[in-house]
Amino acid sequence: MLDVVLPVLVLGALALALLGALRRIGLWRQGRPSPVSVLGGLAAMPRRYLVDLHDVVARDKVFANTHVATGGGFVAAAVLLILVHGFQLESRVLSWALIAASVVMFAGALRVAARRRNPPVRLSRGPWMRLPKSLFAFASGVFLVTLPTAGVVPASFGGWALAGVLTLVVAWGIAEMFLGMTWGGPMKHAFAGALHLAFHRRPERFGGGRSTGLKPLDLGNPEAPLGVGKPADFTWNQLLGFDACVQCGRCEAMCPAFAAGQPLNPKKLIQDMVVGMAGGTDAAYAGSPYPGKPVGEHGGDAHSAIVLRGGHEGGRALVDAETLWSCTTCRACVEECPMMIEHVDAIVDMRRHLTMEHGNTPNKGREVLENLATTDNPGGFDPASRMNWAADLDLPLMSARGSADVLLWMGDGAFDMRNQRTLRALVKILRAAKVDFAVLGNEELDSGDVARRLGDEATFQALAARNAATLAKYRFREIVTCDPHSFHVLKNEYGAFGASYTVSHHSTFISSLMEKGRLALGEWTGGRVTYHDPCYLGRYNGEYEAPRKALKGIGIKVVDMERSGFRSRCCGGGGGAPITDIPGKRRIPDMRMEEINATKADVVAVGCPQCTAMLEGVVGPRPEVLDIAELVAAQLVAAPAAAQRAKKDVAEEVAA
Amino acid sequence: MQRDGNRNVTGQERVKVAALVSVGRHPVTGRPRRAEYDARAVEIGLSLATGGNLHLAHAGECSPESEAALRAYLGMGIAGVDVLQQPAGADIVPALEAWLRELGPRLVLCGARGETGEASGLVPFLLAERLGWSLVCGLAAVESVDGDSMIVLQALPRGQRRRLKVRLPAVVTVDAAAQPARQSAFGPARRGGLQRLDTPVTPDGDAQSWTTAPARKRPKRLKIVKATSARDRFKAAAAKAEGGGGQVLTGVSAQAGAEAILKLLREEGVLR
Repeated sequence: MLDVVLPVLVLGALALALLGALRRIGLWRQGRPSPVSVLGGLAAMPRRYLVDLHDVVARDKVFANTHVATGGGFVAAAVLLILVHGFQLESRVLSWALIAASVVMFAGALRVAARRRNPPVRLSRGPWMRLPKSLFAFASGVFLVTLPTAGVVPASFGGWALAGVLTLVVAWGIAEMFLGMTWGGPMKHAFAGALHLAFHRRPERFGGGRSTGLKPLDLGNPEAPLGVGKPADFTWNQLLGFDACVQCGRCEAMCPAFAAGQPLNPKKLIQDMVVGMAGGTDAAYAGSPYPGKPVGEHGGDAHSAIVLRGGHEGGRALVDAETLWSCTTCRACVEECPMMIEHVDAIVDMRRHLTMEHGNTPNKGREVLENLATTDNPGGFDPASRMNWAADLDLPLMSARGSADVLLWMGDGAFDMRNQRTLRALVKILRAAKVDFAVLGNEELDSGDVARRLGDEATFQALAARNAATLAKYRFREIVTCDPHSFHVLKNEYGAFGASYTVSHHSTFISSLMEKGRLALGEWTGGRVTYHDPCYLGRYNGEYEAPRKALKGIGIKVVDMERSGFRSRCCGGGGGAPITDIPGKRRIPDMRMEEINATKADVVAVGCPQCTAMLEGVVGPRPEVLDIAELVAAQLVAAPAAAQRAKKDVAEEVAA
Repeated sequence: MQRDGNRNVTGQERVKVAALVSVGRHPVTGRPRRAEYDARAVEIGLSLATGGNLHLAHAGECSPESEAALRAYLGMGIAGVDVLQQPAGADIVPALEAWLRELGPRLVLCGARGETGEASGLVPFLLAERLGWSLVCGLAAVESVDGDSMIVLQALPRGQRRRLKVRLPAVVTVDAAAQPARQSAFGPARRGGLQRLDTPVTPDGDAQSWTTAPARKRPKRLKIVKATSARDRFKAAAAKAEGGGGQVLTGVSAQAGAEAILKLLREEGVLR
């Protein structure tokens, strides 16, 4: 009997799964076009899966092995199942291989079940809770029905009753594994995820690359939508990416806004986008909600607004505006996502619509954007006072010099009295190292970072074009800045407008000066120092080493926090979050300061004006917040003997 | 976190509202922008008239710089602005009067004063005079509008408000007491239209004979605080300006009134 039922079951399920796949593809194709290399993407997909994706999954070693066993076992078993039972290939070898695959898968499923027994809160429940059972059903059912084909037991073994039971078990397993893959269910991640990897919007991210700059809007075309107002405004491969989510909640566990009780949960946001794409409500969502927002009240479809115009009083749509404005664009979710989903792109796309179509940037947003348009800085300061901080420093101006080795990009911190101390320290270091540098002076404008992340692409592009025109007038080897936000924008986002530069963060530049032995430095004698990685230097640009090297150069042994390096937690100052200021239960910088306090540090070294401001805004008693430039400048000594020491240090470091 | 500017005023169905807008000038950088008070007038207009019932007019030149500033009004969600083309040195009042007579609005909203040109704040008064309509200055909010009248709050010094019932049609001026203008969005600003209208030009004869000079800071009477303690200084800083020497003249003849005014001006040293 099994010989008759199984082929029908397997091939029938395959056909239905194919139908489901076509429907799913239709859902993705509601999105806007996005050019990708179809064949190239498909060809690169196995490597992207086995290397890039697995590298992220393997941060959780136990689960990575679980997934290898379950997923690998399933893929092998599925292919063999189709051959052995679908097409009835008479081959002992294949049958034994199928049995082996089902055993491996069963072993993996045991671990999946173990994890599901008491799952961490970040994991979604609902249909995901039945997945281990379905895996068992599939693995054990396939194992048992293959025993006769492998010749272990006679074909008639067990009679009709057992055959019937086995058929049901296999049918359950196949329904979950084959139909669930394309009709929606936990296994959807396998189908959508594979295609998402193939057609990823940022293929540069694979193979160890990095792609973090936001994609520009085409403002020249009046027909092009200004950001994303409804799910169909996303590109098709963004929609595909949302479907790839496995709801593992690693993003949720990393999100500073979620931890602070602000109404954002990256996992829920992606699931809401899936709801929007397919139509319906979020009632079926079985994970942590947006803090303070009950599940089941929001919904929408691909062609209706994601956020209601005019705020939250007048009903609800797919998400509330404050969810989108809670994000600090710290990229912790993107860094952590094993499926390489681009949460920040999606959030900024939707913010663009809110700012450029609704004209509704919350709190100080309106004021900041108006200031940027009329005074070229977010604070509304007189642009002619940009150089006031350096009135006594006699800084060389590019307009007078025309060229210099290093262009010192001051950033808007030039207007901020706290950051002026950092800038003055940096100038002291540059002068001590006899660096040939110059500044743009009042010609410098805001880099456009805040405008862009608040969704005002028009203001960003205007600032970028004017800055690029200014920079084009002068010759310089590289730009050095103590502001990671300017650094990121100049390095990664101006390129789309035909302006590319060599840009260094001041920590990178200082550590290279140390390596060349151009700084005579004393030894740090203060207390314990920890270092807070700025998101826009670390996760956005992969620079984790240089700041630590610079600190090591003055004899500081950095005591790292639990969350540091690529897992550093945001200070709460990115993405215009201090401007939109969405209330939560706690403040993000307070949480970060707790982590700093846990290291018992006396000083926290920072490398970003935003981080400085956010961390210094935490009430005392707390460690002192000092920029790397300030720490290094304080150790500058005039004696050339010390230069020898510095050289020796570097030599040690090279040897080490 | 949401703006609360679009609460609609009751009873405003089908009220035709006009707002007169000018090109502003940023106080620090001098860049063209939407004028602060005009934008507040438009904001009130948006709360009164939904959809096509709010009409905007600008009388002046339409250069590329001023176009960007006018588009900032469009970005508040306005479909179009009528630009009455008037060269520099023209008297814009006749052109605006003709436009208003043709449009026939029940309510005309103006900023209390412009940020460029003469910025005398006189245009609304001149228009009201020529049209024979009511005029209210220093409007803080419009509470309700019906066919023939509206109830408004007029701003008085130190946060005081006066509720007025105003006969329509009316010209009102809006200043800092009114709610701030909503954000201007790029999309609607780009889509909105600037309809350039050729209008008869009346040269401003008076202005041609004027000589202009940069403004000087006006002298300000010093408030001398003779306080010995911090508490006294605080009280002096927080106290209302006392109008102690004031005198209310009612039922006196024009002659007596004029004499009283003249006497005060002499005392204050305005007339010597």
